[in-house]
Amino acid sequence: MPEAHPYIPNSVPGIKARMLQEIGAKDTEELYAAIPERLRHPGLLDLPAPLRSEYALRRHVEALLSRNESCSTTLSFLGGGCWQHYVPAVCDEVGNRAEFVTAYYGETYTDHGKLQALFEYASMIGELVELDAVSQPTYDWGTAAATAISMASRLTGRRVALVPESISPERRSIVEGYCEPKLEIRSIPFDPATGLVDLAALRGLVSAETACVYFENPGYLGTIETQAAEIAALARAAGALTVVGVDAISLGVLEAPPRYGADLVCGELQSLGVHMHYGGGLAGFVATPDEERYVAEYPTFLVGLAPTAVEGEYGFGEVVWERMSYVQRGESSEYAGTTQNLWAIVAGCYLALLGPKGLAELGQGIMQRAQYAARRLGELPGVEAPALSSPFFKELVVRFDGTGKTVAAINQALRAHGIFGGKDLSAEFPQLGQSALYCVTEVHRKTDIDRLVETLSEVIA
Amino acid sequence: MTLRPFHQASWNEPIILELPREGERGIAVPEVEEEIAAAVGDGVSRIPAALRRSAPPALPELSQPHVLRHYLRLSQETLGEAVNIHLGLGTCTMKYSPRVNEELIRSPEVADLHPEQDDETVQGMLEVMYRFERILCEISGLDRFTFQPGGGSQAVYANARMIRAYQEARGQGHRDEILTTIFSHPCDAAGPATMGYKLVTLYPDERGYPSLEAVKAAVSERTAGLMITNPEDTGIFNPEIDRIVELVHEAGGLAHYDQANANGILGITRAREAGFDLCQFNLHKTFSSPHCSMGMPCGASGVAAELARFLPSPTVEYDGSRYYLDYERPDSIGKVRAYHGVPATVVRSYAWVMSLGAEGLREVAEVAVLNNNYLAKKVSGIPGFSVSYAETNLDRRLEQIRYSLARLAEDTGVTTVEVAAKTADYGVAQYFPSHEPWLVPEPMTLEPSESFSKADLDTYAEILADISRQAYEDPQLVKRGPERSTVHRLDAAALDDPERWALTWRAYVRKRERRKRA
Repeated sequence: MPEAHPYIPNSVPGIKARMLQEIGAKDTEELYAAIPERLRHPGLLDLPAPLRSEYALRRHVEALLSRNESCSTTLSFLGGGCWQHYVPAVCDEVGNRAEFVTAYYGETYTDHGKLQALFEYASMIGELVELDAVSQPTYDWGTAAATAISMASRLTGRRVALVPESISPERRSIVEGYCEPKLEIRSIPFDPATGLVDLAALRGLVSAETACVYFENPGYLGTIETQAAEIAALARAAGALTVVGVDAISLGVLEAPPRYGADLVCGELQSLGVHMHYGGGLAGFVATPDEERYVAEYPTFLVGLAPTAVEGEYGFGEVVWERMSYVQRGESSEYAGTTQNLWAIVAGCYLALLGPKGLAELGQGIMQRAQYAARRLGELPGVEAPALSSPFFKELVVRFDGTGKTVAAINQALRAHGIFGGKDLSAEFPQLGQSALYCVTEVHRKTDIDRLVETLSEVIA
Repeated sequence: MTLRPFHQASWNEPIILELPREGERGIAVPEVEEEIAAAVGDGVSRIPAALRRSAPPALPELSQPHVLRHYLRLSQETLGEAVNIHLGLGTCTMKYSPRVNEELIRSPEVADLHPEQDDETVQGMLEVMYRFERILCEISGLDRFTFQPGGGSQAVYANARMIRAYQEARGQGHRDEILTTIFSHPCDAAGPATMGYKLVTLYPDERGYPSLEAVKAAVSERTAGLMITNPEDTGIFNPEIDRIVELVHEAGGLAHYDQANANGILGITRAREAGFDLCQFNLHKTFSSPHCSMGMPCGASGVAAELARFLPSPTVEYDGSRYYLDYERPDSIGKVRAYHGVPATVVRSYAWVMSLGAEGLREVAEVAVLNNNYLAKKVSGIPGFSVSYAETNLDRRLEQIRYSLARLAEDTGVTTVEVAAKTADYGVAQYFPSHEPWLVPEPMTLEPSESFSKADLDTYAEILADISRQAYEDPQLVKRGPERSTVHRLDAAALDDPERWALTWRAYVRKRERRKRA
């Protein structure tokens, strides 16, 4: 190195020399004597030349990133598992705090604040889903569903999980890949007219082999599963558990799943004040009753509150550490690791800001906007909106068959007008024809929805 | 040297859910235009009664300044890398995360991208991912990488999935064993175990790594692969690593190189030269992305060319004029995580490598190893502290060391857990003793990356020396726990007691009331 690097204090040659002398080595090469010559990489790596000044680095990366078109400047209706919601400034402030951003695996005494924030996240999710045990984050909703289903299998000693055909194919791939071959994932058909689970088919599928029935509220196609209690009753009658996946932001207006029969709940946190980050904003959770047999099956970190030597003082630590793969190693039923704790802290902060009334108002406003969008879009010639007849939360299937145009062509034309149209469903769900999944949230004003409708009317003409 | 007196922030913040709820609001939600309400009504009447929220969630009711104050106080009670000499978390590679990289990923061009935007609208992001893939290919010598795994453990798991896919594709799906070593990261065992693999764990001989004879005895026609960390948790580099890989290959298995802790070997030795088929880097460790309280990680999974067809989908490709995502990959293992992993972390790590170049990366490695050996000299001189395998393996350790405080415990009764807790009184994050099982008695694992100065290392060694002095003079001083930290000695037994553990405030209140009644 020609000069000291700003990130490496001891890159100063004089300091290095003193340290080498102190340890009795003549040069740094000597420190690598344990690595045989045949394993050494000869010479320098072939990498791009460094940008030594922070300014040059910033210019270089910013120039690359400037080729992205973000949803903050383009009107977007994309959803389907990652959603554009408003991120309060306080969430950004908390999520950007260097103490939280640069903490890691600190424990009771030196990361007390981080652990309290994580305990509070779990506590607030516990209030949303009305369950007493809540996991620390999983990677995303898909891995949360995979874990909840796996837990249900171990709890029941059964090896078949029933999952609606209407869930996101991406999530299905995560769940199937994770669960097989330990358990088998079987599909429950859905009604393409309503978006609901086919109850008659489910009756035929549920059996003494069924570990759990999994469904989502709202589902990938946006609809609210109105037969939730019937599904849970069918599962219970067969001795199976009910696992419900939720988009957490819906729970100001939608019922807490245990009230309609859910045993385990899982879902996504990204909607709670976390930027989309090209999908990197996702974070999942699992919640269950606080019973020993349930808690024993969690593979995730579990932050618990415990007393300290000082009366009334709260401390935090890991609940039943022995259950984790860090201890079980090759005997683990599921692995654990670093996931998405920063987003759990932010999601907790978001729920604290919104409060019960804010979350209810937000959910209501989202539903009103989505219904307004459906009504306006449905007025366009050849457009069916909503294409599924069940009530929906923030996403709706819009069918373009009557326009004679493909979703791909429509979306390309919309993009030319500065709009990201809804997600193309034609490959994922051919039975829905040329349909797209439109997502409407509190970030959309009436003028935004009207602009979409007006632009679409030109595009499909 | 004299240590500066310290006291950690200790706000005694209430749990946010126990604060009074009297209707304060933290933020107003966007108003719905009258025309919308007039057109569709109240919106929520569409929800069938049984699915409509029947009781509002008992969330906090706090004004905005109080929410902010609460969280900032919690942040002050957190010793992140940015505010302390954070070298105690061995195996975690705590290092400086450049602020400029944080600013870059907070731009709307990263933060506000939807993962299903058309490729044409994310050319910058795809180019960064493509470029960084080329960089990791050069650093590892392997041929392709994916950034989809959302962490190091998930990358190991993804690689185990690819091992299975490979074995099945060549009619060897019956191979049901994975080899690992006890000093490899636990996820090297737990990842494949999740898939149903049986784990065969190799134990070290007196040198700190398994003998080739032990490896020979362990491989068989049931071996699907090897998943091994090197340098292992002890900081000892296994010089026979390529021989081990050969033995696994001869038996028909694949070999995965866990490179989570590659900080001491960047540009020095690579997966390619050691013969590995797969590897993984943790961008939130070696590649400087911040650890985010255990968040925003990226496990970059790399494979040799013949395994590329099994990589999770999509891959990032370049046709000479545009970057695109390729989903047409019939042999892919599919998805391990939604979308594209945590791409912001790829941006950070790309920027970090671009600030260093090849010479800079080598400087990182050399200084990390120098720092470790310098600190070892100091720490091994402290009464009661020693380097594990010091008598039977004289090789220099690379980027980290597993020490033993067995002598201290024997002499004074003070354990490594108590010493780690006591470090909180000095303003440094509790150190990491060891992964399980504790093969090294009373372990302590330190990893002084390149981000720490000579003065930092001197200070840290002095802190340990001070605790050692106390332990020998008056063990109770150490055993009663931290006294200048946020909280005092934890009653950890409550965490294993179903009657007392509390994962949520509602559970805590329920159990507290039950105890009061009893």
